[in-house]
Amino acid sequence: MSSTMNTGEQIPAIQTLRRGLHHSPELKRGFAVTLLLAVLATAGNVVVPIAVQQTIDRGLTSPTGPDVDFMVRMGLLAAAAVLLTSLASYGMISRLFRTAESGLATLRIKAFRHVHDLSLHTQNTERRGALVSRVTSDVDQVSQFLVFGGMLFIVSIGQMFVATVIMIWYNAWLALVVWLCFLPLFLSLRYFQQKLSRAYGVVRRQVGVLLSAISEPVVGAEVVRAYAIEARTQQRIDEAIDRHRQASIRAQGFLAFSFSLGGISGGLANAGVIVIGIWLGFADRITPGEILAFAFLVSLFVMPVQMGTQVLTEAQNAIAGWRRVIGILETPADVVDPGDQGSSLPRGPVDVRFDRVDFSYHDGPLVLRDLSLEIAAGTRLAVVGETGSGKSTVAKLLTRLMDPVSGTVYLDGVDLREISGESLRRSVVLVPQEGFLFDDTLAANARYGKLDASDEEIIASAAELGLGDWLAGLPRGLQTRVGQRGESLSAGERQLVALLRAHLADPDLLVLDEATSAVDPFLEMRIGRALERLMSGRTSVTIAHRLSTAENADEVAVIDAGRLVQRGPHADLVAQDGPYARLHASWVAQHGHV
Amino acid sequence: MTGTDALGVGRTRATTMREGFAILGVAIRREPKVFAVATIGSLLFGALTVADAWVLGWATDHVVLPAFRDGRVDTSLLIAVVALFVGVALLRAAGIVARRVGAGIMQARMWSHDRRDLTRQYLSLPMEWHQRRPTGQLLSNANSDVEAAWGPIAPLPMALGTVAMMVIALIQMLLADWVLALIGILVFPMVIATNIIFQRVVSPLMTRAQALRAELSEIAHESFDGAMVVKTLGREDEETRRFAEKAHQLRDTVVRAGRARAAFDPALAALPELAVLLVLVVGVSRVLAGEIEPGAVVTVAYLLTIVSFPIRAIGWLLGEFPRSVVGYERIRSVLEESTRVDYGSETLARSGPGAALSLDQVGFGYSPETGLLDDVSFDIAPGSTIALVGATASGKSTLTALVGRLRDPDRGRITIDGTDVRHLRHGALAAATAMVSQSAFLFEDTVRGNVTLGGDFTDEQVWEALRIAQADGFVAALAHGLDTELGERGTSLSGGQRQRISLARALVRRPRLLVLDDATSAVDPEVEARILAALRSEGAAATLLVVAYRKATIGLADEVLFLDDGRIVDRGTHADLLTRNPAYAELVNAYETEEPA
Repeated sequence: MSSTMNTGEQIPAIQTLRRGLHHSPELKRGFAVTLLLAVLATAGNVVVPIAVQQTIDRGLTSPTGPDVDFMVRMGLLAAAAVLLTSLASYGMISRLFRTAESGLATLRIKAFRHVHDLSLHTQNTERRGALVSRVTSDVDQVSQFLVFGGMLFIVSIGQMFVATVIMIWYNAWLALVVWLCFLPLFLSLRYFQQKLSRAYGVVRRQVGVLLSAISEPVVGAEVVRAYAIEARTQQRIDEAIDRHRQASIRAQGFLAFSFSLGGISGGLANAGVIVIGIWLGFADRITPGEILAFAFLVSLFVMPVQMGTQVLTEAQNAIAGWRRVIGILETPADVVDPGDQGSSLPRGPVDVRFDRVDFSYHDGPLVLRDLSLEIAAGTRLAVVGETGSGKSTVAKLLTRLMDPVSGTVYLDGVDLREISGESLRRSVVLVPQEGFLFDDTLAANARYGKLDASDEEIIASAAELGLGDWLAGLPRGLQTRVGQRGESLSAGERQLVALLRAHLADPDLLVLDEATSAVDPFLEMRIGRALERLMSGRTSVTIAHRLSTAENADEVAVIDAGRLVQRGPHADLVAQDGPYARLHASWVAQHGHV
Repeated sequence: MTGTDALGVGRTRATTMREGFAILGVAIRREPKVFAVATIGSLLFGALTVADAWVLGWATDHVVLPAFRDGRVDTSLLIAVVALFVGVALLRAAGIVARRVGAGIMQARMWSHDRRDLTRQYLSLPMEWHQRRPTGQLLSNANSDVEAAWGPIAPLPMALGTVAMMVIALIQMLLADWVLALIGILVFPMVIATNIIFQRVVSPLMTRAQALRAELSEIAHESFDGAMVVKTLGREDEETRRFAEKAHQLRDTVVRAGRARAAFDPALAALPELAVLLVLVVGVSRVLAGEIEPGAVVTVAYLLTIVSFPIRAIGWLLGEFPRSVVGYERIRSVLEESTRVDYGSETLARSGPGAALSLDQVGFGYSPETGLLDDVSFDIAPGSTIALVGATASGKSTLTALVGRLRDPDRGRITIDGTDVRHLRHGALAAATAMVSQSAFLFEDTVRGNVTLGGDFTDEQVWEALRIAQADGFVAALAHGLDTELGERGTSLSGGQRQRISLARALVRRPRLLVLDDATSAVDPEVEARILAALRSEGAAATLLVVAYRKATIGLADEVLFLDDGRIVDRGTHADLLTRNPAYAELVNAYETEEPA
C-alpha cells in the first residue's frame, strides 16, 4: 500500500499553473491591480517616441512655424506622464515581489510538511538531496521567474502591444514592415531556446560531475593519501573541470548568438521604415515626425527579442520546478493518521498482536508472510534472525512507519490504523539503529522526547538510566553541541542520547532496533544497563543484532525468510535443535563465550 | 571565512573598489588575449550604438526632411540608408557576440585555473590541514567562492565598452550642440550614481538572502535525514515551525530587496526619459534661434535613449565587487598555504614476505595540550598477526594513522623494514602496505575502479581480492558486475558491503603490511569470521595489524598489544593477557561479566 514520490513530470503546463495557484492562493490576490499597474507602467515607454513625433511635426516642421509654447506644454505633460508611470512601475514591482514571495513561502512550507506526512518508505523512493531541492531550489526557480523573467515577459508583451497600437495609429503599412522584420525572429525563438536549454542541461550535468570530482580529495582525503593516488585523482578532477568549462563556453556562445539577432532585426526595421516611409510620404500618408517616431518605437521591440530565449528558458525551468513541488503535495500519504476520529490508547503497558500480517515493498516479494504473534503486556521480547530475514520490518510495522499489505497489527486490541497519531506517538517509541541527532545542544536533542522537559528533568532521567557520570563528564554537560547529525559525539554516545530521548518520552511500548557495532564493550555494557532500566515496567520489542540481548529477554521470536519459525525463552530455544541453536552456536564461536 | 566578511562589513568601500579592480587585473594578466577580444567586441558595440544614432540624425537631415520638402528622393540615398542601418546592425551584432563569448571564455578559464590550483592544494596539503577545516568549507572554496571571485568578469567588457560609448556619445553631442550636450553630461553621471547606490542597497540584501537559502536548505536536509526520529516522536509540527520561520525570513528579505528594486528600476528608466524631453524642448528653441539643425535634436535625443540602458553595466560591475573580494580572499588563503608532506627517496620491496614494523618512542597529540600517544615502542616481526586492543579513545586509530603516514609523530620514529617512513619517497609506502579504516570511502566509479584505483590489475586478481573480502557474492549479483557504477560515495551499497569493497581494494595490492582499523565493524559476525579465516590462509605472508573488539578476531592474532590511555601497557598472547592483566580481561570479557548467573 505504499506509494512512490510523484515527480510531477506528467502534469501539463496549464494544469501546473492551475494547481500552483490552488496551492498558493496568495498569488491570485490583487492580481488585477498588479496587471493594471503593469499596463500603465509599460504604456510609459511610448511617451518619448510620441514626444519626438510631436516635436518634429508640431514643434519643428509645423506650417505655422516652430511653436515654443506648445513644446513647453507638451514637455511638462510628457514629464508628468513619465513620473506617473514610474509610480505605477514601483507599485507593480513591489506588489509582484510581495505576492510571489508570500505565495511561494506558503507553498514551500506546505510541501515540507507534506514530506513529513509521507511514510518513510515513500520518502525513500527519492534521494534526500533531491527531496531537499524540491522545497528549496525548485521553489527559488519559480520565484526567480515570477519576479524577474515573468515581469520582463509581461512588460515586454505590453510594450510591444502598445508600440504596435501606436504604430498602426501612425501608419498601418509601416507597422507591418516592422513586424515583418521581427517576425522570423519571434518564430525562431522557440528553436533557439530549445538549443539553449539543451546546452544548459549539459552544463548542469557537468556541474554535478565537477562537484562530485572535487569532493573526492576532500571527503576521501585519507584514502587518496593512503593509496598515493593523487595523480589519478587529479586527472579525474582535471577532466571534469575541462568538460565543465567547455560546456559553459558552448552555452554562452548560443546565448550570445541568439542575443545578437535582436539588433540585426532592429537595423533592418529602421532601414525599412525610412525607405518605405519616404515613399508613403510622397502620397502624403505619413509625416516626417511619424517616421522618426518609428525609429524610437522599434527600439521597444529589440529588448524582448534579445531576452526572449532567456525568458523562455527561465519559464521552462520554473514550470519544471513548480511541477516537482506540486508533485510532492499530490503524492498521497499512504500511512494516514485518523486524527481526531481515531481512538486513544489508555496509558500503561500495552499488549501487542500481529494477526496474519503480510508485508512487501511496492510490488516486490513478501518480506513478512502470514506473521501472527502475541506479546503480553509488560513482556520483553527479542526478535532475532539473519540479515534480510524481515526482523527490522517488524519494528517498522509496530511503530506504524508502514502499514501491512494484509492482516492487522493490534495494540491493546485496537487496529493500529485506527489509533490517532498523537496517541500512538505518546504510547509507542522507536529507538532506531542510527540515533539521529540534530545539530543543536544535547539538551535540545533530548527534548525531542519531551518538549517541555526542564534541564533538571533531563539530568534526573539520565541518572535513572545510569548515565549520570557520563553526562557529568562532558565539559559542557547538557549544553554540549552535538554537531551535524551528532557527529561530534561518538556513535555510542549518540545511542545514549537516543535512549535518553526515549526515556523522557516515557512510552508504554518501547521498540528498539539496536545497533552498537561501533562501540567498545565497556560502552556497550553501559548502554545495555541503560536499556534494561528503560525497558522495565513497559512492553518492549527489541530487534536483536547481538544474541547477548536475546539471552536477557523474557522471550525470543526467531524470524526466518519472513516467517516466525521459533518462539520461547532463550533457555528453551537453545536446548532445541533449531535455527536459534544454530545462530547461537555461531555467536558463541565469535565471542568465545561458553 | 566569517559572516561579517560575507557582507563586506568592516571593509571600506574605497578598499573594496580598489581590491575589486586589482582582482580584475589578475584576470586580465592571466588571459590577455581573450580579454582583448571581448573588449574590442564591446568597443565595437559601443561605437556602433552611437553610430546608429548618428545614422538616424544624418537620415533625418539629408534624406527624410529633404525628401518631404522636395517631394523627391535620390535612389542612391535610399540605398545608402539601407546599407548604413543594416551594416551598423550587423557589425554591432558581431561586437555583441565577441563581447559575450569573450567574457564567457575568460570567466570559464579563470574558474578552471582556480579549481585546478585549489584541488592540487587539497591533494598535497597534509592531513592535519584537512582535519582543521570543515568539508563544506573546502567544497565551497572550489565552487561558490571561485564563482564569486570571477563574477565581475561577465559585465567587465560591457562596462568598458559602455565607458567608451559614453565618451563617444558625449563628443558627438558636443559636436551636435554644446547646450544639448550639457544635458547629457549631467544625466550620464546621475544614472551611474543612482545605479551604484542601488547596488549598495541591494547587494547586502541579496547576500543575506543567499545565506538564508543555505540555512533553509540545511534545515530541510537535517529534518529529512532525521525523518525517522521526527516521525516516531511525532515532532512534525515543531519541524515545520522551524522550517517556516526561516522560510519567512527569506521571504521578508527578498521582498525588501524587491522594494529597493521597485524604487530604483523606474528611477533609472525615468532619468534619461526626462532628459530626452528636456532636450526636445530646449532643442526646438535652439532650432528656432537658428543655432542648430533639427537633426542635432534627433541625434542627441536618440543617443540619450540608447546609451542610458547600457550604462547600468557599470553598476553591475561595481555591485559584484564585494562578493568577488570575499571569494578571492578565501581562495587565496588556501592557495597560499605552503605546508607540505616531506617525502624522502627510499623505497620498499613491493613484493615478498611480510614487512617488519617498528615504533620507537613514538609520541603524538592533535594539539600540544592533549597528548594522545606517549612513548609507544614495539616491534612486529614479519608475517605475524597482531591485534591492537584498547577502549574507545585510547589512541588505536591514531596509531594506525601514524603507521599509514596520514600523520607524522611529534616524537620518535616509525620504521618499516628498518626505513623511517618519512624517508620513503611518495608512493613507496602505498606500494608495499595498505590501510583500511572503519569508514569506507568509495569513489563515484565502477566496482572495478574502486578496487584497482587505476592500478594495473587483471579481472582475476580483482575477483580474487573480492572473494577474500567476502564481497564476490554480492558484486556478482550486481547488474553489471565489476562494471556497475556505484554512484556518489557508494550510496547504493550497505555499510558492510562498502567496507568489504574497501577491504578488497587493500587486498588486491597484495600488501606486505596490512593495517585494519576496525575495518569490518559493519559486517555480520559470521561474514567477518569468514573474511578473517580467508585472510589468515591466503595472506599468510603479510604482516597484519588489526584493531579489534570481537574475541574471535583477537583469538586469531599471534599476539595482542593492549593500549590504554595512549600507552602500550601490555603485550602477549590473548591467553596470557587474560590471566595476568585484569584491565584487559575486564575489557574483552565485558559480555560475559554481564551474563546472568
